Amino acid sequence: MSIENPIFRTEDLCAYYGDFMAIKHVTMSIPEKKVTAFMGPSGCGKTTILRCLNRLHELTPGAWYSGKIFLRDQDILEMDPILVRRKVGMVFQKPNPFPTMTIYDNVLAGYKLLGIRLKKEEADRICEEALRKAALWDEVKDILHRRGTFLSGGQQQRLCIARALAVNPEVLLMDEPTSALDPKATLQIENLIVDLKNTVTIIIVTHNMPQAGRVSDYSAFFYLGELVEFGPTAEMFTNPKDPRTEEYLTGKFS
Amino acid sequence: MNNTNNVRYQWRRTKNQIILATIAVLAIIPAIPLFVILFQLFQKGISSLSIDFFLNLPAPPGEPGGGIKNAIVGTFIIVGLASLMGVPISIMAGIYLSEYGKESKFAHLVRMCADIFQGVPSIVIGIIAYAWVVKPLGKFSALAGSVALAIMMIPVVVRTTEEVLRLVPNILREASLALGVPYWRTVLKVVLPTGMVGVTTGVLIAVARIAGETAPLLFTAFGNPFMTYNPLEPMNALPLLIFNYSMSPYEDWWQQAWGASIVLITIVLLLNIASRILARRVAGEK
Ligand SMILES: Nc1ncnc2c1ncn2[C@@H]1O[C@H](COP(=O)(O)OP(=O)(O)OP(=O)(O)O)[C@@H](O)[C@H]1O
Ligand SMILES: [Mg+2]
Repeated sequence: MSIENPIFRTEDLCAYYGDFMAIKHVTMSIPEKKVTAFMGPSGCGKTTILRCLNRLHELTPGAWYSGKIFLRDQDILEMDPILVRRKVGMVFQKPNPFPTMTIYDNVLAGYKLLGIRLKKEEADRICEEALRKAALWDEVKDILHRRGTFLSGGQQQRLCIARALAVNPEVLLMDEPTSALDPKATLQIENLIVDLKNTVTIIIVTHNMPQAGRVSDYSAFFYLGELVEFGPTAEMFTNPKDPRTEEYLTGKFS
Repeated sequence: MNNTNNVRYQWRRTKNQIILATIAVLAIIPAIPLFVILFQLFQKGISSLSIDFFLNLPAPPGEPGGGIKNAIVGTFIIVGLASLMGVPISIMAGIYLSEYGKESKFAHLVRMCADIFQGVPSIVIGIIAYAWVVKPLGKFSALAGSVALAIMMIPVVVRTTEEVLRLVPNILREASLALGVPYWRTVLKVVLPTGMVGVTTGVLIAVARIAGETAPLLFTAFGNPFMTYNPLEPMNALPLLIFNYSMSPYEDWWQQAWGASIVLITIVLLLNIASRILARRVAGEK
Protein backbone atom coordinates (compact mmCIF):
# COMPACT_ATOMS: atom_id res chain seq x y z
CA MET A 1 0.00 0.00 0.00
CA SER A 2 1.54 3.33 -0.97
CA ILE A 3 1.41 6.55 0.95
CA GLU A 4 2.00 9.81 -0.86
CA ASN A 5 4.44 12.25 0.69
CA PRO A 6 5.11 10.22 3.81
CA ILE A 7 6.72 12.09 6.70
CA PHE A 8 8.48 8.96 7.94
CA ARG A 9 9.69 6.11 5.80
CA THR A 10 11.59 3.14 7.20
CA GLU A 11 13.60 0.88 4.96
CA ASP A 12 14.42 -2.61 6.14
CA LEU A 13 14.60 -1.35 9.72
CA CYS A 14 15.85 -3.81 12.30
CA ALA A 15 16.28 -2.98 15.96
CA TYR A 16 18.22 -5.07 18.44
CA TYR A 17 18.81 -5.43 22.16
CA GLY A 18 22.24 -7.04 22.12
CA ASP A 19 21.77 -10.24 20.11
CA PHE A 20 18.00 -10.12 20.33
CA MET A 21 16.28 -8.79 17.24
CA ALA A 22 13.16 -6.98 18.46
CA ILE A 23 12.19 -5.31 15.15
CA LYS A 24 12.57 -7.38 12.00
CA HIS A 25 13.01 -5.81 8.57
CA VAL A 26 10.24 -3.27 8.81
CA THR A 27 9.60 -1.18 5.71
CA MET A 28 6.75 1.26 5.98
CA SER A 29 5.61 4.82 5.35
CA ILE A 30 3.81 7.06 7.81
CA PRO A 31 1.47 9.64 6.29
CA GLU A 32 1.82 13.30 7.26
CA LYS A 33 -0.78 15.11 9.41
CA LYS A 34 -2.62 11.90 10.14
CA VAL A 35 -2.94 9.70 13.19
CA THR A 36 -1.30 6.32 12.82
CA ALA A 37 -1.89 3.63 15.43
CA PHE A 38 0.66 0.91 16.21
CA MET A 39 -1.04 -2.23 17.45
CA GLY A 40 -0.08 -5.75 18.31
CA PRO A 41 0.19 -8.17 21.18
CA SER A 42 2.36 -7.39 24.17
CA GLY A 43 6.06 -7.71 23.44
CA CYS A 44 5.71 -7.46 19.68
CA GLY A 45 7.96 -4.40 19.52
CA LYS A 46 5.62 -1.41 19.38
CA THR A 47 7.52 0.56 22.00
CA THR A 48 10.81 -0.43 20.44
CA ILE A 49 9.97 0.82 16.95
CA LEU A 50 8.43 3.99 18.37
CA ARG A 51 11.63 4.70 20.26
CA CYS A 52 13.61 4.16 17.05
CA LEU A 53 11.75 7.03 15.43
CA ASN A 54 13.21 9.61 17.82
CA ARG A 55 16.49 7.80 18.46
CA LEU A 56 15.58 7.01 22.07
CA HIS A 57 16.15 3.31 21.39
CA GLU A 58 19.92 3.75 21.48
CA LEU A 59 19.78 4.92 25.12
CA THR A 60 19.18 1.34 26.23
CA PRO A 61 22.59 -0.25 26.87
CA GLY A 62 23.40 -2.70 24.10
CA ALA A 63 20.64 -1.48 21.81
CA TRP A 64 21.38 -0.84 18.13
CA TYR A 65 19.72 -0.64 14.71
CA SER A 66 20.26 -1.43 11.09
CA GLY A 67 18.41 -0.14 8.05
CA LYS A 68 17.20 3.36 7.34
CA ILE A 69 14.61 5.75 8.77
CA PHE A 70 13.85 8.75 6.61
CA LEU A 71 12.25 11.83 8.11
CA ARG A 72 11.19 13.44 4.81
CA ASP A 73 14.46 13.05 2.90
CA GLN A 74 16.93 12.76 5.72
CA ASP A 75 18.04 9.50 7.27
CA ILE A 76 17.66 10.19 10.97
CA LEU A 77 20.09 7.41 11.84
CA GLU A 78 22.75 9.59 10.23
CA MET A 79 21.58 12.78 11.92
CA ASP A 80 22.47 14.31 15.25
CA PRO A 81 19.97 12.65 17.64
CA ILE A 82 19.36 15.99 19.34
CA LEU A 83 18.06 17.50 16.10
CA VAL A 84 15.89 14.43 15.49
CA ARG A 85 14.33 14.74 18.93
CA ARG A 86 13.58 18.44 18.43
CA LYS A 87 11.52 17.47 15.40
CA VAL A 88 9.99 14.30 16.80
CA GLY A 89 8.41 14.78 20.23
CA MET A 90 7.33 12.05 22.58
CA VAL A 91 4.67 11.43 25.22
CA PHE A 92 5.31 8.52 27.54
CA GLN A 93 3.08 5.85 29.00
CA LYS A 94 3.39 7.24 32.51
CA PRO A 95 2.99 11.01 32.91
CA ASN A 96 6.42 12.41 33.72
CA PRO A 97 6.38 16.14 34.41
CA PHE A 98 9.60 17.44 35.94
CA PRO A 99 8.94 17.41 39.70
CA THR A 100 11.23 20.37 40.44
CA MET A 101 9.49 22.65 37.96
CA THR A 102 6.29 24.69 37.94
CA ILE A 103 3.58 24.05 35.36
CA TYR A 104 4.84 27.06 33.43
CA ASP A 105 8.43 25.86 33.43
CA ASN A 106 7.38 22.34 32.51
CA VAL A 107 5.67 23.59 29.38
CA LEU A 108 8.74 25.63 28.46
CA ALA A 109 11.19 22.90 29.46
CA GLY A 110 12.18 22.32 25.83
CA TYR A 111 13.59 25.86 25.81
CA LYS A 112 14.75 26.29 29.40
CA LEU A 113 16.67 23.03 29.61
CA LEU A 114 18.49 23.95 26.42
CA GLY A 115 19.38 27.35 27.86
CA ILE A 116 17.36 29.16 25.15
CA ARG A 117 16.33 32.56 26.48
CA LEU A 118 12.87 33.78 25.57
CA LYS A 119 11.40 37.22 26.08
CA LYS A 120 8.71 37.23 28.76
CA GLU A 121 5.86 37.91 26.31
CA GLU A 122 7.08 35.26 23.92
CA ALA A 123 7.44 32.69 26.70
CA ASP A 124 3.94 33.51 27.93
CA ARG A 125 2.57 33.19 24.41
CA ILE A 126 4.25 29.82 23.73
CA CYS A 127 3.11 28.52 27.10
CA GLU A 128 -0.50 29.55 26.60
CA GLU A 129 -0.58 28.27 23.03
CA ALA A 130 0.81 24.88 24.00
CA LEU A 131 -1.54 24.53 26.97
CA ARG A 132 -4.50 25.47 24.78
CA LYS A 133 -3.50 22.89 22.19
CA ALA A 134 -3.27 20.34 25.00
CA ALA A 135 -6.74 21.40 26.24
CA LEU A 136 -5.33 22.21 29.66
CA TRP A 137 -5.23 26.00 29.62
CA ASP A 138 -8.56 26.66 31.32
CA GLU A 139 -7.76 24.29 34.15
CA VAL A 140 -4.30 25.63 34.98
CA LYS A 141 -4.22 29.25 33.83
CA ASP A 142 -4.47 30.49 37.42
CA ILE A 143 -1.98 28.06 38.92
CA LEU A 144 0.82 28.24 36.38
CA HIS A 145 3.35 28.77 39.13
CA ARG A 146 2.51 25.68 41.11
CA ARG A 147 4.42 22.43 40.76
CA GLY A 148 3.31 20.27 37.85
CA THR A 149 3.25 17.21 40.06
CA PHE A 150 0.25 18.59 41.99
CA LEU A 151 -2.01 17.96 39.01
CA SER A 152 -4.14 14.85 38.52
CA GLY A 153 -2.79 12.03 36.37
CA GLY A 154 -4.82 13.07 33.34
CA GLN A 155 -3.83 16.71 33.74
CA GLN A 156 -0.19 15.69 34.12
CA GLN A 157 -0.39 13.73 30.89
CA ARG A 158 -1.86 16.72 29.08
CA LEU A 159 0.89 18.84 30.62
CA CYS A 160 3.40 16.44 29.09
CA ILE A 161 1.63 16.77 25.75
CA ALA A 162 1.83 20.57 26.07
CA ARG A 163 5.52 20.28 26.89
CA ALA A 164 6.11 18.21 23.76
CA LEU A 165 4.02 20.56 21.58
CA ALA A 166 5.70 23.73 22.88
CA VAL A 167 8.79 23.13 20.75
CA ASN A 168 6.65 22.70 17.60
CA PRO A 169 7.61 19.16 16.63
CA GLU A 170 6.65 17.78 13.24
CA VAL A 171 5.73 14.43 14.71
CA LEU A 172 4.36 13.46 18.11
CA LEU A 173 5.01 9.91 19.30
CA MET A 174 2.68 8.60 22.01
CA ASP A 175 3.32 5.32 23.78
CA GLU A 176 0.05 4.14 25.31
CA PRO A 177 -0.61 7.66 26.59
CA THR A 178 -3.89 6.76 28.28
CA SER A 179 -3.08 3.40 29.82
CA ALA A 180 -2.46 4.99 33.24
CA LEU A 181 -5.60 7.14 33.12
CA ASP A 182 -9.27 6.80 34.00
CA PRO A 183 -11.98 6.73 31.28
CA LYS A 184 -12.79 10.43 31.52
CA ALA A 185 -9.18 11.54 31.23
CA THR A 186 -8.74 8.99 28.44
CA LEU A 187 -11.62 10.52 26.51
CA GLN A 188 -10.15 14.01 26.91
CA ILE A 189 -6.83 12.85 25.49
CA GLU A 190 -8.52 11.05 22.62
CA ASN A 191 -10.44 14.20 21.67
CA LEU A 192 -7.22 16.10 21.92
CA ILE A 193 -5.48 13.72 19.51
CA VAL A 194 -8.23 14.15 16.94
CA ASP A 195 -7.98 17.96 17.26
CA LEU A 196 -4.21 17.93 16.95
CA LYS A 197 -3.88 16.06 13.71
CA ASN A 198 -4.34 19.17 11.62
CA THR A 199 -1.15 20.58 13.05
CA VAL A 200 1.08 17.61 13.76
CA THR A 201 1.59 14.03 12.65
CA ILE A 202 0.75 11.61 15.45
CA ILE A 203 1.88 8.04 15.96
CA ILE A 204 0.18 6.34 18.88
CA VAL A 205 0.79 2.94 20.41
CA THR A 206 -2.36 1.51 21.86
CA HIS A 207 -3.68 -1.76 23.21
CA ASN A 208 -7.17 -0.46 23.11
CA MET A 209 -8.89 -1.43 19.87
CA PRO A 210 -11.88 0.91 20.20
CA GLN A 211 -9.42 3.71 20.92
CA ALA A 212 -7.46 2.96 17.76
CA GLY A 213 -10.75 2.96 15.89
CA ARG A 214 -11.79 6.32 17.32
CA VAL A 215 -8.58 8.27 16.86
CA SER A 216 -6.52 6.79 14.07
CA ASP A 217 -6.62 7.14 10.31
CA TYR A 218 -4.05 4.45 9.64
CA SER A 219 -3.04 1.37 11.58
CA ALA A 220 0.02 -0.82 11.65
CA PHE A 221 -0.20 -4.30 13.08
CA PHE A 222 2.99 -5.85 14.48
CA TYR A 223 3.58 -9.43 15.46
CA LEU A 224 6.83 -10.76 16.96
CA GLY A 225 8.77 -7.80 15.65
CA GLU A 226 7.42 -7.96 12.13
CA LEU A 227 5.08 -5.54 10.46
CA VAL A 228 2.20 -7.77 9.46
CA GLU A 229 -0.20 -5.28 8.02
CA PHE A 230 -0.50 -1.57 7.38
CA GLY A 231 -3.46 0.34 6.02
CA PRO A 232 -6.36 2.67 6.69
CA THR A 233 -7.81 1.81 10.08
CA ALA A 234 -11.37 1.41 8.84
CA GLU A 235 -10.24 -1.02 6.18
CA MET A 236 -8.08 -3.05 8.52
CA PHE A 237 -10.80 -3.30 11.13
CA THR A 238 -13.49 -4.41 8.74
CA ASN A 239 -11.42 -6.43 6.36
CA PRO A 240 -8.05 -7.55 7.73
CA LYS A 241 -5.86 -9.19 5.10
CA ASP A 242 -3.67 -11.26 7.36
CA PRO A 243 -5.15 -14.01 9.53
CA ARG A 244 -2.95 -12.92 12.46
CA THR A 245 -4.44 -9.44 12.33
CA GLU A 246 -7.89 -10.89 12.29
CA GLU A 247 -7.15 -13.11 15.26
CA TYR A 248 -5.82 -10.15 17.20
CA LEU A 249 -8.75 -7.92 16.32
CA THR A 250 -11.23 -10.57 17.35
CA GLY A 251 -9.44 -10.99 20.63
CA LYS A 252 -7.95 -14.47 20.11
CA PHE A 253 -4.72 -13.26 21.67
CA SER A 254 -3.57 -10.10 23.33
CA MET B 1 -16.82 -24.57 75.12
CA ASN B 2 -17.54 -20.92 75.32
CA ASN B 3 -15.61 -20.80 78.53
CA THR B 4 -12.42 -22.37 77.15
CA ASN B 5 -12.53 -19.97 74.23
CA ASN B 6 -12.70 -17.11 76.64
CA VAL B 7 -9.77 -18.41 78.66
CA ARG B 8 -7.74 -18.86 75.51
CA TYR B 9 -8.56 -15.36 74.41
CA GLN B 10 -7.47 -13.97 77.76
CA TRP B 11 -4.22 -15.89 77.59
CA ARG B 12 -3.53 -14.65 74.06
CA ARG B 13 -4.12 -11.11 75.21
CA THR B 14 -1.78 -11.48 78.16
CA LYS B 15 0.87 -13.06 75.95
CA ASN B 16 0.55 -10.15 73.57
CA GLN B 17 1.02 -7.66 76.35
CA ILE B 18 4.03 -9.45 77.77
CA ILE B 19 5.74 -9.50 74.39
CA LEU B 20 4.90 -5.88 73.78
CA ALA B 21 6.34 -4.86 77.15
CA THR B 22 9.51 -6.89 76.50
CA ILE B 23 10.01 -5.23 73.14
CA ALA B 24 9.48 -1.80 74.66
CA VAL B 25 12.06 -2.46 77.35
CA LEU B 26 14.55 -3.83 74.82
CA ALA B 27 14.04 -0.77 72.66
CA ILE B 28 14.73 1.56 75.55
CA ILE B 29 17.94 -0.16 76.69
CA PRO B 30 20.19 1.08 73.87
CA ALA B 31 18.88 4.60 74.37
CA ILE B 32 19.84 4.61 78.06
CA PRO B 33 23.59 5.24 77.66
CA LEU B 34 22.82 8.02 75.21
CA PHE B 35 20.63 9.80 77.72
CA VAL B 36 23.05 9.16 80.57
CA ILE B 37 25.84 10.71 78.52
CA LEU B 38 23.75 13.71 77.52
CA PHE B 39 22.59 14.16 81.10
CA GLN B 40 26.11 13.99 82.49
CA LEU B 41 27.37 16.33 79.83
CA PHE B 42 24.84 18.98 80.66
CA GLN B 43 25.18 18.46 84.40
CA LYS B 44 28.93 18.98 84.32
CA GLY B 45 29.19 21.48 81.50
CA ILE B 46 26.19 23.74 81.80
CA SER B 47 27.89 25.87 84.47
CA SER B 48 30.70 26.87 82.09
CA LEU B 49 28.29 28.15 79.48
CA SER B 50 28.05 31.91 79.50
CA ILE B 51 28.27 34.67 76.96
CA ASP B 52 31.90 35.19 77.88
CA PHE B 53 32.58 31.53 77.24
CA PHE B 54 31.60 32.04 73.61
CA LEU B 55 33.19 35.46 73.10
CA ASN B 56 36.50 35.22 74.99
CA LEU B 57 39.78 33.63 74.12
CA PRO B 58 41.31 30.99 76.37
CA ALA B 59 42.95 32.39 79.47
CA PRO B 60 46.58 31.45 80.18
CA PRO B 61 46.96 28.36 82.36
CA GLY B 62 46.25 29.10 85.99
CA GLU B 63 44.21 32.20 85.31
CA PRO B 64 40.46 31.88 85.79
CA GLY B 65 37.85 32.62 83.09
CA GLY B 66 38.54 32.59 79.40
CA GLY B 67 36.43 31.19 76.59
CA ILE B 68 36.59 29.05 73.53
CA LYS B 69 35.93 31.59 70.79
CA ASN B 70 39.03 30.59 68.85
CA ALA B 71 38.02 26.93 68.85
CA ILE B 72 34.47 27.64 67.64
CA VAL B 73 35.72 29.91 64.87
CA GLY B 74 38.46 27.40 64.06
CA THR B 75 36.02 24.53 63.77
CA PHE B 76 33.89 26.53 61.35
CA ILE B 77 36.93 27.55 59.27
CA ILE B 78 38.48 24.08 59.16
CA VAL B 79 35.21 22.29 58.43
CA GLY B 80 34.18 25.00 55.95
CA LEU B 81 37.46 24.73 54.05
CA ALA B 82 37.21 20.96 54.09
CA SER B 83 33.71 21.16 52.60
CA LEU B 84 34.88 23.66 50.00
CA MET B 85 37.60 21.24 48.94
CA GLY B 86 35.68 18.02 49.35
CA VAL B 87 32.07 18.65 48.35
CA PRO B 88 32.35 19.83 44.72
CA ILE B 89 34.64 17.01 43.57
CA SER B 90 32.63 14.46 45.54
CA ILE B 91 29.39 15.55 43.90
CA MET B 92 31.06 15.45 40.50
CA ALA B 93 32.38 11.98 41.21
CA GLY B 94 28.93 10.89 42.39
CA ILE B 95 27.41 12.25 39.18
CA TYR B 96 30.07 10.42 37.19
CA LEU B 97 29.32 7.11 38.90
CA SER B 98 25.56 7.40 38.59
CA GLU B 99 25.23 8.97 35.12
CA TYR B 100 28.36 8.15 33.16
CA GLY B 101 30.51 5.40 34.66
CA LYS B 102 27.62 3.16 35.72
CA GLU B 103 28.78 -0.44 35.37
CA SER B 104 32.15 0.28 33.72
CA LYS B 105 35.33 -1.17 35.17
CA PHE B 106 36.64 2.27 36.06
CA ALA B 107 33.44 3.13 37.92
CA HIS B 108 33.74 -0.07 39.93
CA LEU B 109 37.31 0.84 40.77
CA VAL B 110 36.26 4.31 41.95
CA ARG B 111 33.50 2.76 44.08
CA MET B 112 35.92 0.28 45.59
CA CYS B 113 38.40 3.04 46.45
CA ALA B 114 35.63 5.09 48.06
CA ASP B 115 34.49 2.14 50.14
CA ILE B 116 38.03 1.32 51.22
CA PHE B 117 38.73 4.93 52.13
CA GLN B 118 35.59 5.03 54.21
CA GLY B 119 37.06 2.29 56.34
CA VAL B 120 40.52 3.84 56.86
CA PRO B 121 41.00 4.86 60.53
CA SER B 122 40.89 8.62 60.89
CA ILE B 123 44.30 8.75 62.57
CA VAL B 124 45.81 7.27 59.40
CA ILE B 125 44.13 9.95 57.34
CA GLY B 126 45.72 12.48 59.69
CA ILE B 127 49.10 10.97 58.89
CA ILE B 128 48.40 11.20 55.17
CA ALA B 129 47.54 14.90 55.50
CA TYR B 130 50.68 15.35 57.59
CA ALA B 131 52.79 13.87 54.80
CA TRP B 132 50.98 15.77 52.04
CA VAL B 133 50.62 19.22 53.61
CA VAL B 134 52.42 19.66 56.92
CA LYS B 135 55.75 18.28 55.70
CA PRO B 136 55.97 20.32 52.49
CA LEU B 137 54.80 23.53 54.20
CA GLY B 138 57.08 22.91 57.13
CA LYS B 139 54.45 23.68 59.78
CA PHE B 140 51.11 22.70 61.20
CA SER B 141 48.16 24.50 59.64
CA ALA B 142 44.39 24.63 59.52
CA LEU B 143 44.70 23.85 55.84
CA ALA B 144 46.31 20.51 56.63
CA GLY B 145 43.44 19.74 59.00
CA SER B 146 40.95 20.65 56.31
CA VAL B 147 42.69 18.37 53.82
CA ALA B 148 42.44 15.50 56.32
CA LEU B 149 38.74 16.16 56.95
CA ALA B 150 38.07 16.58 53.22
CA ILE B 151 39.61 13.15 52.59
CA MET B 152 37.29 11.79 55.25
CA MET B 153 34.14 13.29 53.79
CA ILE B 154 34.82 12.61 50.11
CA PRO B 155 33.91 8.90 50.08
CA VAL B 156 30.73 9.54 52.07
CA VAL B 157 29.50 12.30 49.79
CA VAL B 158 30.50 10.41 46.63
CA ARG B 159 28.51 7.36 47.58
CA THR B 160 25.42 9.17 48.89
CA THR B 161 25.34 11.39 45.80
CA GLU B 162 25.53 8.34 43.58
CA GLU B 163 22.80 6.51 45.50
CA VAL B 164 20.48 9.51 45.50
CA LEU B 165 20.92 10.24 41.80
CA ARG B 166 20.30 6.61 40.94
CA LEU B 167 16.91 6.98 42.61
CA VAL B 168 15.93 9.70 40.14
CA PRO B 169 13.45 7.91 37.84
CA ASN B 170 14.86 7.15 34.41
CA ILE B 171 11.63 8.36 32.89
CA LEU B 172 12.61 11.94 33.81
CA ARG B 173 15.94 11.60 32.00
CA GLU B 174 14.08 10.29 28.97
CA ALA B 175 11.54 13.12 29.14
CA SER B 176 14.39 15.59 28.92
CA LEU B 177 16.32 13.72 26.24
CA ALA B 178 13.16 13.36 24.16
CA LEU B 179 12.92 17.16 24.10
CA GLY B 180 16.29 17.24 22.36
CA VAL B 181 18.23 18.22 25.45
CA PRO B 182 21.84 16.94 25.38
CA TYR B 183 22.77 14.35 27.99
CA TRP B 184 25.07 16.57 30.05
CA ARG B 185 22.42 19.28 30.26
CA THR B 186 19.87 16.67 31.27
CA VAL B 187 22.16 15.58 34.08
CA LEU B 188 22.81 19.12 35.30
CA LYS B 189 19.32 20.56 34.85
CA VAL B 190 17.01 17.62 35.51
CA VAL B 191 18.78 14.81 37.36
CA LEU B 192 20.81 16.93 39.77
CA PRO B 193 17.99 19.33 40.77
CA THR B 194 15.62 16.38 41.25
CA GLY B 195 18.11 14.72 43.58
CA MET B 196 19.38 17.96 45.13
CA VAL B 197 17.63 17.60 48.47
CA GLY B 198 19.08 14.13 48.88
CA VAL B 199 22.55 15.26 47.86
CA THR B 200 22.38 18.09 50.39
CA THR B 201 21.30 15.66 53.07
CA GLY B 202 24.35 13.53 52.32
CA VAL B 203 26.62 16.56 52.56
CA LEU B 204 25.14 17.57 55.93
CA ILE B 205 25.60 14.09 57.32
CA ALA B 206 29.22 14.10 56.15
CA VAL B 207 29.84 17.53 57.66
CA ALA B 208 28.31 16.42 60.96
CA ARG B 209 30.60 13.42 60.92
CA ILE B 210 33.84 15.33 60.37
CA ALA B 211 32.97 18.22 62.71
CA GLY B 212 33.62 16.04 65.73
CA GLU B 213 36.79 14.35 64.49
CA THR B 214 39.85 14.78 66.69
CA ALA B 215 42.44 12.33 65.47
CA PRO B 216 42.92 13.77 61.97
CA LEU B 217 43.50 17.23 63.47
CA LEU B 218 46.09 16.24 66.10
CA PHE B 219 49.14 16.66 63.93
CA THR B 220 47.65 18.79 61.19
CA ALA B 221 45.67 21.75 62.59
CA PHE B 222 47.44 20.98 65.86
CA GLY B 223 45.66 23.56 68.02
CA ASN B 224 46.44 27.11 68.99
CA PRO B 225 45.60 29.02 72.18
CA PHE B 226 45.40 32.27 70.22
CA MET B 227 42.90 33.61 67.76
CA THR B 228 43.76 33.18 64.11
CA TYR B 229 41.82 33.36 60.88
CA ASN B 230 44.81 32.37 58.76
CA PRO B 231 44.41 28.87 57.38
CA LEU B 232 48.16 28.57 56.97
CA GLU B 233 48.67 28.87 60.74
CA PRO B 234 48.01 26.22 63.35
CA MET B 235 44.40 26.65 64.43
CA ASN B 236 42.24 25.52 67.30
CA ALA B 237 39.10 23.47 66.88
CA LEU B 238 36.49 22.26 69.35
CA PRO B 239 37.55 18.60 69.38
CA LEU B 240 41.22 19.61 69.78
CA LEU B 241 40.40 21.97 72.61
CA ILE B 242 38.35 19.31 74.36
CA PHE B 243 41.19 16.82 73.94
CA ASN B 244 43.90 19.19 75.14
CA TYR B 245 41.90 20.57 78.05
CA SER B 246 40.86 17.22 79.36
CA MET B 247 44.48 16.01 79.26
CA SER B 248 45.63 19.10 81.17
CA PRO B 249 46.28 19.17 84.92
CA TYR B 250 43.97 22.19 85.45
CA GLU B 251 40.59 21.61 86.97
CA ASP B 252 38.91 24.68 85.45
CA TRP B 253 40.08 23.48 82.01
CA TRP B 254 38.36 20.17 82.63
CA GLN B 255 35.29 22.16 83.42
CA GLN B 256 35.62 24.12 80.18
CA ALA B 257 36.14 20.89 78.24
CA TRP B 258 32.65 19.83 79.39
CA GLY B 259 31.24 23.16 78.24
CA ALA B 260 32.98 22.87 74.86
CA SER B 261 31.59 19.33 74.52
CA ILE B 262 28.07 20.68 74.88
CA VAL B 263 28.77 23.21 72.13
CA LEU B 264 30.24 20.57 69.83
CA ILE B 265 27.43 18.09 70.45
CA THR B 266 24.85 20.79 69.82
CA ILE B 267 26.44 21.69 66.47
CA VAL B 268 26.56 18.05 65.38
CA LEU B 269 23.01 17.45 66.60
CA LEU B 270 21.70 20.47 64.71
CA LEU B 271 23.38 19.27 61.52
CA ASN B 272 21.84 15.86 62.00
CA ILE B 273 18.40 17.29 62.63
CA ALA B 274 18.70 19.49 59.53
CA SER B 275 19.60 16.47 57.43
CA ARG B 276 16.68 14.52 58.92
CA ILE B 277 14.25 17.28 58.02
CA LEU B 278 15.61 17.41 54.48
CA ALA B 279 15.48 13.64 54.18
CA ARG B 280 11.87 13.66 55.26
CA ARG B 281 11.13 16.23 52.58
CA VAL B 282 12.62 13.87 49.99
CA ALA B 283 10.44 11.05 51.22
CA GLY B 284 7.39 13.31 51.22
CA GLU B 285 7.90 14.34 47.62
CA LYS B 286 7.95 10.84 46.20
N1 LIG C 1 15.66 -3.18 27.46
C1 LIG C 1 15.44 -4.34 26.83
N2 LIG C 1 16.38 -5.29 26.79
C2 LIG C 1 16.18 -6.46 26.17
N3 LIG C 1 15.04 -6.78 25.56
C3 LIG C 1 14.05 -5.88 25.55
C4 LIG C 1 14.19 -4.61 26.19
N4 LIG C 1 13.04 -3.92 26.02
C5 LIG C 1 12.23 -4.73 25.33
N5 LIG C 1 12.82 -5.90 25.02
C6 LIG C 1 12.24 -7.00 24.25
O1 LIG C 1 11.91 -6.52 22.98
C7 LIG C 1 10.65 -7.02 22.57
C8 LIG C 1 9.73 -5.89 22.23
O2 LIG C 1 9.48 -5.13 23.38
P1 LIG C 1 8.56 -3.83 23.35
O3 LIG C 1 8.69 -3.19 24.68
O4 LIG C 1 8.90 -3.02 22.18
O5 LIG C 1 7.12 -4.46 23.19
P2 LIG C 1 5.70 -3.75 23.16
O6 LIG C 1 5.08 -4.13 21.89
O7 LIG C 1 5.85 -2.30 23.42
O8 LIG C 1 4.96 -4.45 24.35
P3 LIG C 1 3.85 -3.86 25.34
O9 LIG C 1 2.60 -3.86 24.58
O10 LIG C 1 3.81 -4.86 26.44
O11 LIG C 1 4.30 -2.52 25.78
C9 LIG C 1 10.13 -7.88 23.71
O12 LIG C 1 10.38 -9.22 23.39
C10 LIG C 1 10.96 -7.46 24.89
O13 LIG C 1 11.19 -8.56 25.74
MG1 LIG D 1 5.20 -0.98 25.04
